[in-house]
Amino acid sequence: MREAAAGSKWSRRLVLALLLAPALLWLLALIILPHADLALLSFRERVAPREYAPSLAQYRTFFSEPLYWHVFVRTALMSALATLITLLVAFPIAWIIAKLARGRMSALLFVVCLIPFWVSETVRTLGWMILLRESGVLPAILVHLGLTAQPVELLYHDATILVGLVYTSLLFMVVPLVGSLESLDNSLIEAAYDLGARGAAILRTIVIPHAAPGITAGCIVVFMLTLGNYLTPTLLGGKNSLWFTEQIYTQFITRFNWEQGAAFGFLLLALSTVMVWVGLKLSGQRFSDVMRRV
Amino acid sequence: MTPAPGAVPDLEVSSVTKRFAAHAAVSDVSFSVPRGSFFSILGPSGCGKTTLLRMIAGFIQPDAGRIAIGGRDMAEVAPNRRPVNMVFQHLALFPMMTVGENVAFGLARRGVGRAERTRRAEAMLERVGLAGAAPKRTDELSGGQRQRVAIARSMVLEPTLLLLDEPLGALDLKLREHMKVELKQLQSAFGTTFVYITHDQSEALVLSDRVGVMSQGHFEQLGTPQELYYSPATAFVAGFVGANNRLTGTVRAVDGALLDVDAGEGWQVRVRAHAPLPVGAAVQAFIRPEAVTLARTPEGLPPGQSAHSGEVTDMLFDGANSAVLLREARSRRELRIALPQTGAFADLRPGARVCFGFEPERAIGFAAS
Repeated sequence: MREAAAGSKWSRRLVLALLLAPALLWLLALIILPHADLALLSFRERVAPREYAPSLAQYRTFFSEPLYWHVFVRTALMSALATLITLLVAFPIAWIIAKLARGRMSALLFVVCLIPFWVSETVRTLGWMILLRESGVLPAILVHLGLTAQPVELLYHDATILVGLVYTSLLFMVVPLVGSLESLDNSLIEAAYDLGARGAAILRTIVIPHAAPGITAGCIVVFMLTLGNYLTPTLLGGKNSLWFTEQIYTQFITRFNWEQGAAFGFLLLALSTVMVWVGLKLSGQRFSDVMRRV
Repeated sequence: MTPAPGAVPDLEVSSVTKRFAAHAAVSDVSFSVPRGSFFSILGPSGCGKTTLLRMIAGFIQPDAGRIAIGGRDMAEVAPNRRPVNMVFQHLALFPMMTVGENVAFGLARRGVGRAERTRRAEAMLERVGLAGAAPKRTDELSGGQRQRVAIARSMVLEPTLLLLDEPLGALDLKLREHMKVELKQLQSAFGTTFVYITHDQSEALVLSDRVGVMSQGHFEQLGTPQELYYSPATAFVAGFVGANNRLTGTVRAVDGALLDVDAGEGWQVRVRAHAPLPVGAAVQAFIRPEAVTLARTPEGLPPGQSAHSGEVTDMLFDGANSAVLLREARSRRELRIALPQTGAFADLRPGARVCFGFEPERAIGFAAS
């Protein structure tokens, strides 16, 4: 009896191990190993052709070269701004889907948010370029309406990059927000109203505290996606985009300086980790609660 | 409780109607609630009582009619500006706040300073027997305590009227019995006017000064619990308030206010007519289980009561509410009869034959629709 019990315990463990194997393999092969190699790369310096020595030179370059850390700070601030705008745009949409629309209407609105993702990011961004370039649709409309005398170039501005980033990120903010707003009991809102609260007070005291894990989850996801986005800032911002991922790309592909690129990659990873930690501290949320909402 | 002459009632509802599409959820309802009294709206689910309560609270606008609170017309007054507070069905305590913050919420919205509202919230918690509970989280409280927090949260605003939407519905039976008594004590301690809606007739009878029995959007009867129980105005009230035996039949003879009713297969019962009925009219008669006397022989019945006989089908033991189910010998109709507290019939077994009788005055016949 006892041996049988022990045997079934082992077989259960084996099944568990087999079930987890693909995920663990994926984690090891595609995340841990490449990052370990990148870490090694970032801490060495080429002293002669095919000759390398351990060094902190790559990180030193980052701090001594103003362009690099300017772009780094700019990317962080722009990403934070894009996240904030996405939150402000997504909140009313999520509110309508979760609280006001009923049944089919709510599903339909969700699909409307999803539709842009049926097209690849490249095509979507090129679509924005067709709309916004000097000879494009929107400048032509502006001239036609008499708002501008000449067609204006709407591409290659910071605002253009932000529009593109918000558009790309919207769904990732709407989904966790809808989840957390749907779980808000309507009678709480009515009770607050009954006790004399008005719209703004209800939002501040009831809705936002309840939706806080969803808001934090959405912000973390959107911030990470924005920070690591390459295509949208590069295509919509052109040479002026000054996005940090572009610097990494340049180091790896154009300059063939893998050591520098690896160091930049790690700096970006550190940045997103720090920003997420700060975000959690500021909103008073626990990481495990937040991740359940994503 | 009757209002002092000339006093303005705290709540006056006149000819209020609300339609949802073609369905009239509330049609032409009027009543008034004097200051300091406990008024209940009793009805089965879907009768329109929640709609009526939500119109008083201001969440729904009536299509027609007038609602006045403390003598002031409430049309165009938003819920957050009405001198009315509501205790919600599932209490709707704010889980993101402590008990103290919950109670102080309404005061904060009125711009009362932090120190003052903390003091008033704590004083109110003490009045409902929850002294020192202010720093607790709402989910640390028991069902009964949560109930008291919900009441304190409303009462701290000193409303003219407190609306309660089946607040005991979510509690288990034992706690519900306890909270019933507690609610009544709280109401008399505060002296605030309570308007309470429920589908539980026992809650309405125990708690209220006056009850409105509602069915399909209108009031069937408005009266004290005693009036509803002993002189129901309609067959619906007779059937809904308290346990009752319902018999259907036709009028065979009329003797003043009394009717001889054929209740099936020639079984004749004598009942009081609620309104005059002609011979041959369809009638539904109601006899309370406790109005019926049991006896082993016809001679055992009080003099003057006509004897009926039946066969016991079941004994329902429930302490003081014990009853016997029997089938009348001729019509095979099932009747529920309360067992006397003396335990005289505790030995009855299914299959036993017994006699029973009742005062015709205590049975009531309505015209069957």
